[in-house]
Amino acid sequence: MFEMYFQELILTLDSTLRLATPLLLACLAGLYSERSGIVDIGLEGKMLGAAFGAGAVAYVTGNAFLGLAGGIVVSVGLALLHGFASITNRGNQIVSGVAINFLAAGLTVLLGQYWFSQGGRTPSLPQGGRFLDITFPFAEEIRDIPYLGPVYSDLLSGHNLLVYVAFLAVPLTWWVLYRTRFGLHLRAVGENPAAVDTAGISVTWLRYRAVIACGFFCGLAGSALSIALASGFIKDMTAGKGFIALAALIFAKWKPVNAMLACLLFGFLDAFALRQQGKELPLIGEVPSQFFQALPYILTVILLAGFIGKAIPPKAAGVPYLKERT
Amino acid sequence: MTAGQLPRWVDLGLIPFLNLAAAFLVSGLVVLLIGENPLNAVYYLLLGSVGSVEGFGYTLFYATNFIFTGLAVAVAFHAGLFNIGGEGQAYIGGLGVAFACLALDQYVPWYVTLPFAVVGSAIMGAAWALIPGWLQAARGSHVVITTIMFNFIAAALMGYLLNSVMKKPGSMQLETRTFEDGGRLPFLNDIFPSAGFGFAPVNLSLFIALIACGLVWLLIWRTKLGFEIRSFGANATAAVYAGISPVRITVITMLISGGLAGMMAINEIMGSQHRLLTDFVTGYGFVGIAVALMGRAHPVGIILAAILFGMLYQGGAELSFEMPSITRDMIIVIQGLVILFAGALEYMFRPALIRMFAPSRPVSA
Amino acid sequence: MERARSDGRTLLIGANDNDNDKVSGLGERMTGTAAIELKNINKSFGPVHANKNIDLVVKKGSIHGIIGENGAGKSTLMSILYGFYQADNGDILVDGKKVTIPDSKAAIAMGIGMVHQHFMLVDNFSVLENVVLGAEDSAMLAGGLSRARTELKRLEEEYELRVDPDTLIQDLPVGLQQRVEILKALYRSAEVLILDEPTGVLTPAEADHLFKILEVLKNEGKTVLLITHKLREIMAATDTVSVMRRGEMVATVATADTSMAQLAELMVGRSVLLRVDKKPAEPKAPVLEVDNLTVTDSRGVQVVKDVSFNVRAGEIVGIAGVSGNGQSELMETLAGIRRATRGSMKINGETIDMGSSTLDAADMRAKNMGHVPEDRHRMGLINSFSEYENSILGYHRDPAYSNGLFLDLGAIKKNAVGEIEKYDIRPPNPMLKTASFSGGNQQKIVLAREIERDPEVLLVGQPTRGVDIGAIEFIHRRIVELRDAGKGILLVSVELDEIRALSDRVLIMFDGKIVGERGENADEGELGLLMAGVEDKKNAVEGDAR
Repeated sequence: MFEMYFQELILTLDSTLRLATPLLLACLAGLYSERSGIVDIGLEGKMLGAAFGAGAVAYVTGNAFLGLAGGIVVSVGLALLHGFASITNRGNQIVSGVAINFLAAGLTVLLGQYWFSQGGRTPSLPQGGRFLDITFPFAEEIRDIPYLGPVYSDLLSGHNLLVYVAFLAVPLTWWVLYRTRFGLHLRAVGENPAAVDTAGISVTWLRYRAVIACGFFCGLAGSALSIALASGFIKDMTAGKGFIALAALIFAKWKPVNAMLACLLFGFLDAFALRQQGKELPLIGEVPSQFFQALPYILTVILLAGFIGKAIPPKAAGVPYLKERT
Repeated sequence: MTAGQLPRWVDLGLIPFLNLAAAFLVSGLVVLLIGENPLNAVYYLLLGSVGSVEGFGYTLFYATNFIFTGLAVAVAFHAGLFNIGGEGQAYIGGLGVAFACLALDQYVPWYVTLPFAVVGSAIMGAAWALIPGWLQAARGSHVVITTIMFNFIAAALMGYLLNSVMKKPGSMQLETRTFEDGGRLPFLNDIFPSAGFGFAPVNLSLFIALIACGLVWLLIWRTKLGFEIRSFGANATAAVYAGISPVRITVITMLISGGLAGMMAINEIMGSQHRLLTDFVTGYGFVGIAVALMGRAHPVGIILAAILFGMLYQGGAELSFEMPSITRDMIIVIQGLVILFAGALEYMFRPALIRMFAPSRPVSA
Repeated sequence: MERARSDGRTLLIGANDNDNDKVSGLGERMTGTAAIELKNINKSFGPVHANKNIDLVVKKGSIHGIIGENGAGKSTLMSILYGFYQADNGDILVDGKKVTIPDSKAAIAMGIGMVHQHFMLVDNFSVLENVVLGAEDSAMLAGGLSRARTELKRLEEEYELRVDPDTLIQDLPVGLQQRVEILKALYRSAEVLILDEPTGVLTPAEADHLFKILEVLKNEGKTVLLITHKLREIMAATDTVSVMRRGEMVATVATADTSMAQLAELMVGRSVLLRVDKKPAEPKAPVLEVDNLTVTDSRGVQVVKDVSFNVRAGEIVGIAGVSGNGQSELMETLAGIRRATRGSMKINGETIDMGSSTLDAADMRAKNMGHVPEDRHRMGLINSFSEYENSILGYHRDPAYSNGLFLDLGAIKKNAVGEIEKYDIRPPNPMLKTASFSGGNQQKIVLAREIERDPEVLLVGQPTRGVDIGAIEFIHRRIVELRDAGKGILLVSVELDEIRALSDRVLIMFDGKIVGERGENADEGELGLLMAGVEDKKNAVEGDAR
């Protein structure tokens, strides 16, 4: 009986890692942007654009890495558009994010249909166009060791490259944020851009670098969807993941390690819902799958309400920087 | 006159025009990119949307949705709130309409059901905006984020309800039973048979939307509450000084905003679909942001912007029929570009225009 | 002339004048070279000509004051020097070399440092991180941070600037935050230090300490530019003073060769004496009684501590104090904008328990209390509204201006036109956006709105901040007229002259407490000492300030 539960747990956690990967990458993307004071509700659009770009390039070239590059280029392009609107033109960051979500939703299908004529999908990827699962050394050999074997062979081993990249990006982001000059500037500009400006640092260039970093990670996130977890782009394949990532970012209080934990939690909810669909839970009975879909949002709202800790965004988030006339 | 201010006609006329022109110019480039002639596309777009009375009827039908969601965003704007939860509020508003129609349609004529549907949709929409509004007012959690979250919670909730509780027995579709005549608003074609609206779903809701515009205008510019809403939106500290309660105004404004968004469901559910079904909102709530921005949060502007977006929706259908490579997704792209240029890049042309217009004006300190 | 200078000194920073410093400073002024030279600088913001043909020479190793009223163009000029704005034309010379200063980075590289009026610090960063920000050695932080730690220790010893490098800025009092700003500039090897209105947030004691620090800096060969609108500071701390008026540099003189009266005249363009013609007050029964009022702010700090006083009908009670000692919070609490933790207040005979009161600003207005807030832009007016809309802000629910749910626009505009006439508000157009009025006219809009409702008690905060001289006289007259009509007035101002000119009684507030009470002709020096927190011997026996 216990063996069975353990097996189930490993499988659920394994699926959690996969499902959390695009969330985590998008969440870290949002972290770079929002820490610099640029609110980004266009994570969804950038991910979608990247998923399409990656799917299209990977199909045409048959090379997953070129596909990844394509996804990143598209996403960074959209990020620069967001930067142009919100940094250079001091436009409303929410409105800009909404516009980018619309553009991505429309253009991916329009261009997809024009290029591939498959109703907005990209064709199924050829061999080499996809990031395949990586098997760790000795995974087969030690699988039978109780507990440790399944953890190593089934849980840790056997994911695609981008899963490992996503989890390595967490300590990397932490290090950038707290141990480098760029990180110090980034944290400062999101709190008090005037302090950064008077210290002789360009607020504009700093924020542009932040949105480019955001575009880069959204590019990874979108590519993970279309050329790692799936084999090609499907219309609206992000299905709200960009917004869950945004929720996770708030849940994580804009901190990298927390971001990982939040994404793992939301990924776990998703995996759990998928595996338990139609099954009765002990004591509770059948829980509608929609409940699990809504749970990340409900949890985030409860957090925002200040009932479990307080999520305080960077002070200058969402406010265009204007040198004030004194 | 303060520094750098532009003449009124430039501010209210030329700038929106330039922004819109830029959006359409880029849209034209997208059409070129996929190998079609933009002028032909414009021709079919206009032909489909205003080329026939029936086409125009469709345009007005979509415009009705946009008026409601545009007003919803605009009212919140006046209080300095950004309600991007119109999507979810309209969706939940559908519940109010459906409750009224399912309960009454077999017993009373439509005009008895209508007030219940209107009140029902407004109450449900308002209820869905209440929690984000209250959280912003009392706990300081940002309404933009909470309304986004509530859009997704609404989708999950409606998915659940239509999948289990409210589903028509024996149907595979996620929808309720179809309403009887007592739950259907008359189409304009039924009211004005000779006008030639044909199969266009434009219905009595259009007039409800126009009445709503008038009431919103009265509310914002002629009532004490409107004065308080505008005061709070323009300067929250001054509003507190004036004895205006931020909690009260935030909550009331969000209720009105959510109620207006919820009323969009009257047009879709009672006016056209005659049943509650999943995903009937499909972006109307978000487009309301564009409508409110373009309409400068003024009811007259919103009516004009709503008709423009109605034309895009309807004309886009015609366009994709005549030019199959331009799918209906082109309309989403155009909407995105309008939101981008009229909203986020609103100030892009300002510096150049100030250079053009400012020096000719008399200098006064 | 020497007398005037030491008068200023005595008043603010005590009598330990060190004339030798002054003399050596003056000596250098005569012979030294220019650290900064500005030639024919112009800067316009749209139609506003903020700096007109400015010429300025700042000698190396001196403390050079720049004085002028609010809006005279001092801050703009310094922002140009610090690369925050670019001049429209004109030359800047640093150490005799012509330079361009495109941004703050360039200014820092030329050895110019600036302490801004609003501190440019990141609140949730440590002192160390703030000092290092923008002056890191390399892409990695660790090296820069440890170098900064050593350097801070050295600066601490050299200039007596002690701050714990690991404390977060948000946990430091403002005086120490300012010290961090100075350290930031010194860490960047600033040779010229600009201080923009540095004492606005300081107590006299803190200001005193600041001037000592500036003196030390000067002796180390640094050049200091001190921007202020306070005459006493100029007299107390500077070697040379330049006066700005309406965007122009009207004079530069050695501080020792001038007087406060002369500088004041230069500042405003004609001789001014803040004297208000008023008869002696004839106070009647108290209309406002405040008992043991305590207010805690959002950070949980007690900002008003057990305050008790009264205001009688027909008198003006002034509250003197350095900005930030609880006056603002006191006024806001009385006006119903802020909540008290305990205490009570009696207005027109009705007692309100302030600890449990839920009365808001509208309720207080209904009790016949008017309120002219300290900051009209932030609180008293809505700049994007038309004049007529602002003329009923807070009174929009009054039946005189409304019909049921609706506003009575006819009545509102008629009232606005009447107030415009009576208060000589210009331009006389109620439809105009409030932002288009000058500071003085805006203040008149607020004053007209509050006084014309005929309140029994009027709270007035900083009635003439940023207001031109003509309007100041008008506003003062109106306030006195209201007193003579038998109303009670509570006045808060950080301008001691204004308090002394208007008040029939003066309460002195320090650290949230009322630390003394004086009559109409309170001695300026004595008030200054009380404002600095020096214990009040005279009132010690009488207890609280009733």
